[in-house]
Amino acid sequence: MNRNLIIGLILSGIAIFAALVSFIWTPFDHVLLNIPEKLQTPNGTHWFGTDHFGRDIFSMIMVGARTSIAVAFVAVGIGMGLGIPLGLWAAARKGSFIDELIMRANDLIFAFPSLVIAILITAIFGAGAVNAIIAIGIFNIPVFARVVRGAAMPIWEREFILAARVAGKNATRISIEHILPNVMNLLIVQATIQFSLGILAEAALSYVGLGAQPPTPSWGRMLADAQTLVSIAPHLALIPGFAIIITVMGLNLMGDGLRDYLNPRLRVART
Amino acid sequence: MKHFVSRLALASAMTVSGFAAQAANTDITVALQLEPPHLDPTSAAAGAIDSVLYSNVFEGLTRFMGDGSVVAGLAESWEISADGRDYTFKLRSGVMFHDGTTMDAEDVKFSLDRARGEDSTNAQKALFAGIKSVTAVDAHTVKVSLDAPNGNFLFNMAWGDAVIVAPESIEGIKQTPIGTGAFKFSNWVQGDKIELVRNDSYWGAAPALETATFKFISDPTAAFAAVMAEDVDVFSGFPAPENLPQFEADPRFQVLVGSSEGETILSTNNKMPPFDNPKVREAMSHAIDRQAIVDGAMFGYGTPIGTHFAPHNPAYVDLKSGSAYDPELAKSMLAEAGFPDGFETTLYLPPPSYARRGGEIIAAQLAQVGIKAQITNVEWAQWLETVFRGKDFGLTIVSHTEPMDIGIYANPEYYFQYDNPAFQQLMTTLNATTDPIKRTALLGDAQRMISGDYVNGYLFQLAALSVAKAGVQGLWTNAPTQATDLTGVSWAD
Repeated sequence: MNRNLIIGLILSGIAIFAALVSFIWTPFDHVLLNIPEKLQTPNGTHWFGTDHFGRDIFSMIMVGARTSIAVAFVAVGIGMGLGIPLGLWAAARKGSFIDELIMRANDLIFAFPSLVIAILITAIFGAGAVNAIIAIGIFNIPVFARVVRGAAMPIWEREFILAARVAGKNATRISIEHILPNVMNLLIVQATIQFSLGILAEAALSYVGLGAQPPTPSWGRMLADAQTLVSIAPHLALIPGFAIIITVMGLNLMGDGLRDYLNPRLRVART
Repeated sequence: MKHFVSRLALASAMTVSGFAAQAANTDITVALQLEPPHLDPTSAAAGAIDSVLYSNVFEGLTRFMGDGSVVAGLAESWEISADGRDYTFKLRSGVMFHDGTTMDAEDVKFSLDRARGEDSTNAQKALFAGIKSVTAVDAHTVKVSLDAPNGNFLFNMAWGDAVIVAPESIEGIKQTPIGTGAFKFSNWVQGDKIELVRNDSYWGAAPALETATFKFISDPTAAFAAVMAEDVDVFSGFPAPENLPQFEADPRFQVLVGSSEGETILSTNNKMPPFDNPKVREAMSHAIDRQAIVDGAMFGYGTPIGTHFAPHNPAYVDLKSGSAYDPELAKSMLAEAGFPDGFETTLYLPPPSYARRGGEIIAAQLAQVGIKAQITNVEWAQWLETVFRGKDFGLTIVSHTEPMDIGIYANPEYYFQYDNPAFQQLMTTLNATTDPIKRTALLGDAQRMISGDYVNGYLFQLAALSVAKAGVQGLWTNAPTQATDLTGVSWAD
């Protein structure tokens, strides 16, 4: 275990822990308005203070972690679920028409900034957490397809693949049984990084009002709500801001750490 | 030494020019949140048009003053026939449009006939509905005959939708408005600003300002920054009430808190089940804590209301007690109406913070009694399409900013679809009544009727909030109509 991996695990562990605990316990009901107690700075009762409606920010951050993680998790799932088979297929039929078709379609999606895709989708289907998931998920497909295809192609040249062919396995079985396990390391690292990007994208979409709709707490919308209040209650913006930073940084460090940890050559060098 | 002298000279030059600029400050920059879609106040509902042009560029026969009174405008006097059906207006002489043509009785006839015509696109056609004929008696006398006496006629003629336009310039009015006002339209940079310059051949008292620039800043954060940085001199209709205490504490600024004509309501689709059941609407009205909404969404600015009527109007009746906050009563009423577990509905929220923040509070309050209101934040265009024209909504929050607009409840096609023949009859009677005491009584009945039918959730009267530099004087504090009247504005020395 290297230092990046440990720090990354701890930081992202905090966010995941907060999200899990929020299912059974939060200090206050996160949708309960208590307007006479609005805009309190952090204190003994409200550990992170209260927002402009008197809601407990600590509870909102906990439930917001749930929203962020759920959106990013499902979005990465969509990206992997569709991107990996497409990448494997393209690699198996390298140079063929189907390879060209998949990869050029990927280029097409990749060429759009993710936020533009998201705005497009939410403009057509309406704003909401589900559409945010779809938008971020679609953006993830080409990422995984490319990584898988790039990593799979040299493996197809290896002797053990030739052996498998001689044994009579078809391309689908080879892809699943031999190629996929060999690119898994890369995929885990990529998934971690995409996960952090997904959290960032969810925050960005919520910030512009296209993500989870109120009263579902979301870190991005907490930032947007805090915008005009920043000069009188800076903690309203700082706290969700730090929550995003900690989670995204944690996941990135974890990705870096995992890459080193899972890389067989580096591991040999260390021992 | 030489260096020092030149610095001194520079410093004194700067001081002198500084004084000069201050002494001759006849320019003003006014920021507004919304930009007009075009510049013809007589063919669109957009209040943003009047915010720029009313009284500054366009004038009507009568006009609103800042205190809400209606006084003579382009008509210097009028006579009303004994039966209340004929109004004979004596027009001011020597009034010129900005293009140099004279304003006379023919222009008045043209404007009124255009507004009430079959193909008129006037947003307030009801204002002109009772006019039977308009006759130009001579160049400076116009006779308007009504179908029936209308106690509101002079008030109606003061609206921004009833301003006098000229047939010569009507073609290009949407881009180049030509009126009779104290300021001439000069330039419009779309998406940024509209510039006006003083009309030197104005018939009335010359305004103190030479030029006026209207800038459009929609984002509340940018609005705050623009005022703080003194990029604008006035922000009329400041969008972020939470920032006002900071301006109040800053000696560079003054904060104007007045009353507006904006009844902010939880508009309810009276045709959509379960809201077609009056019991459900009544239950809902008891689930809403108005003061919490004023405090939470408007940071205390705003007056709770119990009906669709402005509290500063002498005819206002306080009916808040009929819908006092009582969640337990709301729950039992819902159970009586057949919804012991509540129900689900939609809540559409347009961009202003009274709607977005107010909506979150109302959704939470409704949730307390079991009503699950699914919030959808929408832009204005989408709101107009889905809610206002499409009538495809359960609940929405909006502020009705037109003055004396209780008459919208007499239109069963209006987006909240309240269809009560008794109310429609009441409005017909009201329009035909000229006696002020009887009118007040009828207006009271109208307020009681819509309040008792719980047509909409009546929340609060929007406050008119403006921020200006300390030296600006003569601005309207209240907003009796949507306007930024600059004719009386000047800089203190």
